[in-house]
Amino acid sequence: MTLYRIEGLAKLAGRERYVDDLPLGDFLWGMTVRSAVPRGRIRAIRFGKDVNWHDYVVVDHRDIPGPNEVLLIERDQPVLAADRVRHVHEPVLLVAHASRDAARRAARAVEIVVDPEDPVLDYRRPPRPDQVQYGSDNVFKRITIAKGDVERALANAPVVVEGVYETGAQEHVYLEPQGVVARLDGDVLTVVGSMQCPYYVLTALKHALARDERGLRVVQAPTGGGFGGKEEYPSNVALHAALLSLKSGRTVKIVYDRGEDLAATTKRHPARIRHRTGVAPDGRLLAQDIEILMDGGAYATLSPVVLSRATIHAAGPYRCDHVRVQGRAVLTNAVPFGAFRGFGAPQAQFAAERHMDAIARQLDMDPVELRRINLLRDGDTTPTGQVIRDRVDRIALVERAVDLSDYRTKQRAHAAHNSTNPRTRRGIGVATFYHGVGFTGAGEVKLQSRVWVAGLPDGRVEVRAASVEMGQGTITVFTRIVAERLGLTPGDVVIAEPDTSRVPDSGPTVASRTVMVVGKLVERACDDLRLRLELAREDRGDTLRDAIKAWHRTHRGEALIGEAVYRKPPGIEWDDVRYRGDAYAGFGWGVNVAEVEVDLPTGNARVLDFVAVQDVGTVLAETLARGQVQGGVVQAIGWALTEECRWRDGAMVNNQLTNYVIPTSADVPPIRVAFMETPFEHGPLGAKGLGELPIDGPAPAVLNAVAAATGADPRSIPLTPERLLDLLERAAGVAATVT
Amino acid sequence: MMARPPKRSPKAKRRPRARRGKTSTPEVTGQATISVNVTVNGVPVTLEVPAEERLLDTLRYRLRLTGTKEGCGEGECGSCTVYLNGLPVNSCLVPTFQARGAAVQTIESVGPDELQPFLEHGATQCGACTPGVLMTARWVRDHPELLERYSIRELMAGNLCRCTGYDGIADGLAAALGRVPSRT
Repeated sequence: MTLYRIEGLAKLAGRERYVDDLPLGDFLWGMTVRSAVPRGRIRAIRFGKDVNWHDYVVVDHRDIPGPNEVLLIERDQPVLAADRVRHVHEPVLLVAHASRDAARRAARAVEIVVDPEDPVLDYRRPPRPDQVQYGSDNVFKRITIAKGDVERALANAPVVVEGVYETGAQEHVYLEPQGVVARLDGDVLTVVGSMQCPYYVLTALKHALARDERGLRVVQAPTGGGFGGKEEYPSNVALHAALLSLKSGRTVKIVYDRGEDLAATTKRHPARIRHRTGVAPDGRLLAQDIEILMDGGAYATLSPVVLSRATIHAAGPYRCDHVRVQGRAVLTNAVPFGAFRGFGAPQAQFAAERHMDAIARQLDMDPVELRRINLLRDGDTTPTGQVIRDRVDRIALVERAVDLSDYRTKQRAHAAHNSTNPRTRRGIGVATFYHGVGFTGAGEVKLQSRVWVAGLPDGRVEVRAASVEMGQGTITVFTRIVAERLGLTPGDVVIAEPDTSRVPDSGPTVASRTVMVVGKLVERACDDLRLRLELAREDRGDTLRDAIKAWHRTHRGEALIGEAVYRKPPGIEWDDVRYRGDAYAGFGWGVNVAEVEVDLPTGNARVLDFVAVQDVGTVLAETLARGQVQGGVVQAIGWALTEECRWRDGAMVNNQLTNYVIPTSADVPPIRVAFMETPFEHGPLGAKGLGELPIDGPAPAVLNAVAAATGADPRSIPLTPERLLDLLERAAGVAATVT
Repeated sequence: MMARPPKRSPKAKRRPRARRGKTSTPEVTGQATISVNVTVNGVPVTLEVPAEERLLDTLRYRLRLTGTKEGCGEGECGSCTVYLNGLPVNSCLVPTFQARGAAVQTIESVGPDELQPFLEHGATQCGACTPGVLMTARWVRDHPELLERYSIRELMAGNLCRCTGYDGIADGLAAALGRVPSRT
């Protein structure tokens, strides 16, 4: 069926009400006072004399009813710093006032006096003893994956190729900044906000406010983009707004402006990744030894699980009998890094895919051929020992991408162009990659996600889940799943607003899990609804609607609810101690081909053409799926070429869209997308997850194309014009020395 | 880890206690306001606004026309695009008093017929940039002569979008212009 975005017209017409658009009546604007230094002891807080503080609500850590902890994996991050600060922009104090300008001016009139201590500002350097702030060595998490005997295989390998790769931080730049409204409805503290995970926020509020779940309600407002940036961070904003609201008894709104959002919120983890690879002369991978080092920033946030996904994806989608991946995420006194679309896999696969081209160059092999030889085939095992058996034809994906991109023809055309054009160089690059769908390992089992599908008195059905719409298409896809399962029209399906007072916890809206995991629960809850109505599988459409209405006539005032709780697909086993087994219930597979042109005098690399081919199982909403791929590709092109966070004292100083440069429509070509659809047996209608896969491949594909175009060997991103010029000049210098 | 007891200077301890309960909404700046007559979506309105108030805030918070969005506050992202006397402007960079006597049009003036091609081609995902995109797109549609000199992608480059990768927007506009998009 052709299904357009259900809430699309409301968004196009500007009718969708985001958190800053909600009519609130009488309310206060909340502002956050933050640390100006990266590390130290708070000695004093000075309140400016020009402000009449009696007009303001002021909150500090002493106003927190429960533990001063933002509950996540660890409890290391305070809601408001008490006696010490660990990063620039760490929240220390909150102020609120009915006038936004007044609140902003008052926040600026507070001085936080700190006795500075020596911060850790480079994650690549081991800390000195006086810089240790976590455990004995500042390491948040260590993970090792081992398969076979890497040392012996490397020792025996005819060729060993080494490389070190680095990726920079990336800012999400969701177009709607962070925002939350908190208010008291009688005894119930209600928080409405822009977020991906209403139940994460609920859990954090419960903990730090020492408040019973019955006294809390979290509602997701339409969310203007998330990309992971609204996975864990909104808990902080929600806690701040809640504290101001509890203290004042008023409705409080906190909406960050762009400068604050860029400076103070999480970003993609910077990483340095070292590869040592043993290869046979024919290109077969014999051993992969990989070390990953990640900058976690000042608090653990989600770094341990980001590292986990990075290590699992680090070897790329290839067959190799001897693999060792050692990962570390370490503390620095930088603003904490956090979830970002891809969750460690883009960093890991940037290194893996650039390294594949380095191997191809050393062996004088075609990069496509090298990948074709090594790609996982059904029956092969991943580094964790997971047997791949999903009937996806990964070789066909490569061939499709090569065909669509005219790879061979363009290679010849580029050779001709490069030998005659004085100013520009053209090249084409490829990347093959995969992305595990859903939570890693036993994560989904622990989550025990739950979905309800309710039959309404008017015969329609309503999906009740905490999975949010943030642009990626939850509403549309859930609608299709229900409509197909129950034989209804999309108009008969309602998707409930994610509101913890009336939807069960279907888990966070992350990890590309909404379609595959939660969508499957939606399907099963539909079946349960039918069961409760004592209907048979063939009873659909009108029969079902009539049965729902009839049920309500005999059960006045009662709720008719079909339910599903997560059940592990058969044959999936994971050992979290040894990091062995089935890391994911399924993988999405992708091949990217990028064509670039490098302007030699300026070092500017421009993407001329881009082909993205992927198999994510059945595609449930074609226009939306294509848009997800195109958006992910362009976001990754930005990460690869222009998006550079500049740092001072561990904080971003170019915190403006003027000088943090994301791609515009004029900077990128049309992204050509093709799906190959191998139905996935455990997904709804055969679908897998799609959200993150598209961001794994473009950065290495683009850099591989730059390498092909120029002969340079770029190993870190963003590859800004300045960096590329440096590389080209160095290469020219070497060439000049040789001749 | 539990929070340690606060160590503060005597000065900090004398921190004023915030007042509880009702506070007024005084204009604390004390600046003079300016009287502004402006026509918004065809409706004349008279406003008293502080001199520094942005047109964006006047539209959103005074007139409750919340379709216009703030994405960056510095004229970089285009989410707040409205028409000022027929020209698209970033309303975050326009002081409201400068709109005196002017005609302002916002996304709320765009009819449903204009939206359909954008829906069908996937021009909106999260929707935060979308009203601004639609306003610029309407301007391109109303000035087809621009397309003799510039491409759709060049003309739309003032509107940042982080979701679509711009294909949905470019294709939607091409369809709205009656041109065959690159793909459907």
